[in-house]
Amino acid sequence: MKDFAALFTALDQTTRTSVKTAALAEYFRTAPEDDRLWTVALLSGRRPRRVITTTRLREWAAERADIPLWLFEACYPVVGDLSETIALVLPQPTDRIERSLTGWITALRALDTADEAARKSFVLSAWDGLEPTERFVFNKLITGGWRMGVSAKLTTRALAQATGIAEADLIHRLMGDWTPERVSWASLIEAPDPTADLSRPYPFSLAYQLEDAPDTLGPVADWLAEHKWDGIRGQLILRAGTRHLWSRGEDLMTERFPELAPLTDFLPQGTVIDGEVLAWDHAADRPLGFSSLQPRIGRKSVPKKLLTEAPVIVMAYDLLEWQGNDIRARPLSERRATLAAALDGLPPTLPLRLSPLVAAQDWAGLATARAQARDIGAEGLMLKRLAAPYRAGRRKGDWWKWKLDPLTIDAVMIYAQAGSGRRATLYTDFTFAVRDGDRLVPFTKAYSGLTDAEFREITAWVRKNTTERFGPVRGVRPEHVFEIAFEGIQASPRHKSGVALRFPRMARWRRDKPVAEANTLDDLKAMLARYG
Amino acid sequence: MVLTFTEAGIYCPAADAYIDPWKPVDRALITHGHSDHARWGHRRYLATEAASPVIRHRLGDITLQTIRYGERTRIGDATISFHPAGHVPGSAQIRVEVGGEVWVVSGDYKTTPDGLSEPYEPVRCHAFISECTFGLPIYRWPTETALAAQINSWWAETRAKGQTPVLGVYALGKAQRVLRLLDPAIGPILTHGAVEATNAVLRAQGIALPPTVQVTADLDRKAHRGAMVLAPPSALGSAWMRAFGPVSTGFASGWMQLRGVRRRRAADRGFVVSDHADWAGLNSAIAATGAERIFVTHGYTAQFAQWLVSQGYDAGIVRTEFGGETLDETPEGETTG
Repeated sequence: MKDFAALFTALDQTTRTSVKTAALAEYFRTAPEDDRLWTVALLSGRRPRRVITTTRLREWAAERADIPLWLFEACYPVVGDLSETIALVLPQPTDRIERSLTGWITALRALDTADEAARKSFVLSAWDGLEPTERFVFNKLITGGWRMGVSAKLTTRALAQATGIAEADLIHRLMGDWTPERVSWASLIEAPDPTADLSRPYPFSLAYQLEDAPDTLGPVADWLAEHKWDGIRGQLILRAGTRHLWSRGEDLMTERFPELAPLTDFLPQGTVIDGEVLAWDHAADRPLGFSSLQPRIGRKSVPKKLLTEAPVIVMAYDLLEWQGNDIRARPLSERRATLAAALDGLPPTLPLRLSPLVAAQDWAGLATARAQARDIGAEGLMLKRLAAPYRAGRRKGDWWKWKLDPLTIDAVMIYAQAGSGRRATLYTDFTFAVRDGDRLVPFTKAYSGLTDAEFREITAWVRKNTTERFGPVRGVRPEHVFEIAFEGIQASPRHKSGVALRFPRMARWRRDKPVAEANTLDDLKAMLARYG
Repeated sequence: MVLTFTEAGIYCPAADAYIDPWKPVDRALITHGHSDHARWGHRRYLATEAASPVIRHRLGDITLQTIRYGERTRIGDATISFHPAGHVPGSAQIRVEVGGEVWVVSGDYKTTPDGLSEPYEPVRCHAFISECTFGLPIYRWPTETALAAQINSWWAETRAKGQTPVLGVYALGKAQRVLRLLDPAIGPILTHGAVEATNAVLRAQGIALPPTVQVTADLDRKAHRGAMVLAPPSALGSAWMRAFGPVSTGFASGWMQLRGVRRRRAADRGFVVSDHADWAGLNSAIAATGAERIFVTHGYTAQFAQWLVSQGYDAGIVRTEFGGETLDETPEGETTG
């Protein structure tokens, strides 16, 4: 654990990618193979199953630190991380336990069958026998949610440096449904068997937002345009009779979309489709809002009611594997033609559609189509170069998001709450209201969009202008108006105002606007009627 | 009440005097020279002898009377004395006695000796007005020895890599404390003008500091390769810093205890150095006063007051305009040069 904690510290102490890559590559060269494998697993979000609840950890930590539980809970929002809070409140270690990363993980897994007293005594003795950074790492192993400031790209770059294997190959090898319990360093990294994992997805191709005028992209005829749909980007994999659906965040979400099962009967084996999972309103023939998909996220099985109220379809964008062959290197025009042919003639009731092309003679024509995107429930357009292969990851050049400008509304700040983690000393989480006669009706929270300097300024102001306190939340004098930008608006019975916004953030601090000129609840309702 | 809490600051009616007031008053008793405690615009000031040079340096031509630690003086119906707070050189807690009742205002304080400030002395009292900048059990400071080892090994490592370490420290107190932790065998020590100006004031009053070289426009920086550079936090990332070529930046603050804060500072290294008491320090200091009534001023006031109540104290929160240990805002007066 000492070496892994040292790696963690080295990664944590620098913001420079080159230094992080070097530290990680060195670890991949020198650490034992099982520790390396676990490190790759942890860095890619694969963690051992949680055997101890965070509730117990909190109680045991407060007990060991000899503080009341409420005080421990008061520390947590300041630190912003449970593992770190525990590591900080515990007294100095009294003992020294030497055990490898894999050794700790194995010991933790063995607790699965232990009773609570045994779990507690294991955790307490680990805390007593580890240095503060090791404790933090140990707590992370228990609680998961591992973030070490290392991106997938950085991990593969370091692996490439340590092993001499090309980065693109490594990205692909590391995808899919593997865990260190079932693979070895050799079978995963060094000599992978391509048929070993039928569920393994390809790395997603991602786009940047187009900032320049579209005509800088050259002739419109070089580009494919389609709508940018607001659902869950997914990769549908049909191989050897199995079906897997991956999210862009490498979540395996097959079970959450059981209505896709019939696709196995209609498409050939060895088919991988890149598309968007959308909740679909079949009567209106347009997507339901994103919030209709939300009940599916974070649950393992889907109740029948949801299947009838918000059935999903896959809007197919691209074809990555066909008849068992990886066709990502072929140009988009060819992949798209193959995809269209594959989908042609399928029963219309199947939950799979080809994302329609948006055709135009020139950029002005596409601009018009983009401007109307919100009317059919899309966020704008996607532009993809017809001659380009399907590349891995986010790159500039071949794929562009051409999203609509966000909707905006001017709102009054009424509540403030301190941030967590790196923003623990600043007020960064705000609640905003619109006017309704003399009342202010809260309708959204937002916590991003301001510069650090603006956050500092508003923090100082909040401290001096607090009118009430509700736990960590402060009511403030309604004095400041902010322009809130958002991507969509929907009716929501869960919110007091009756609306829910998609991706709200603070676009601007409207110092020029008095509260009396902020938007009203009627303005908000008008937006809901138009775009909801 | 021996002391009351007013719009202008903590007020003693018996002495008709304020302690560290934030609005201009006739008579101000000043705990120490940091700008949120020693403000400009009062008619008369009283501070310790050891604090007075810095206060004069910062506030210029003021009417300042000085007092020795432990010396008792009578103002109106109150007996006033100043006692070491261990925060920065010259810093004091102020003891106010009226008709046998004793109240103490802590100012800012730290209970562990830093080798520079006059060590903290507990003062018995009936009511104690305490800061609680770091009043949560997540704050526990490393020892001076551990700090020295961390900072010096960072210096040695960066030197070996051909980088210059630039450490962000407040000009008064922390800069000199760090200076005394540095191992001059590793290399020379360069200082930003704001740090050097305070060094000069403290050296003039007899405080021994290791030799330093002020960074000026015509200083040959290459001739001082391998030097440690001490600068106010505001200089980190500035054009001033870029002139050193490849650097490794560090920041010294109690807030560096938190990983999230370390990362947000975007400094290469964070060192946990504070001139305020940590959790254990606050608790031991409060216990040592023997006071039953505690007023907490700045910091985690709500949580700390609740903790004190749960420990059997009669504790309350007082709103002040003291800043504690600021992380982002550089106190005025720290940025000159």
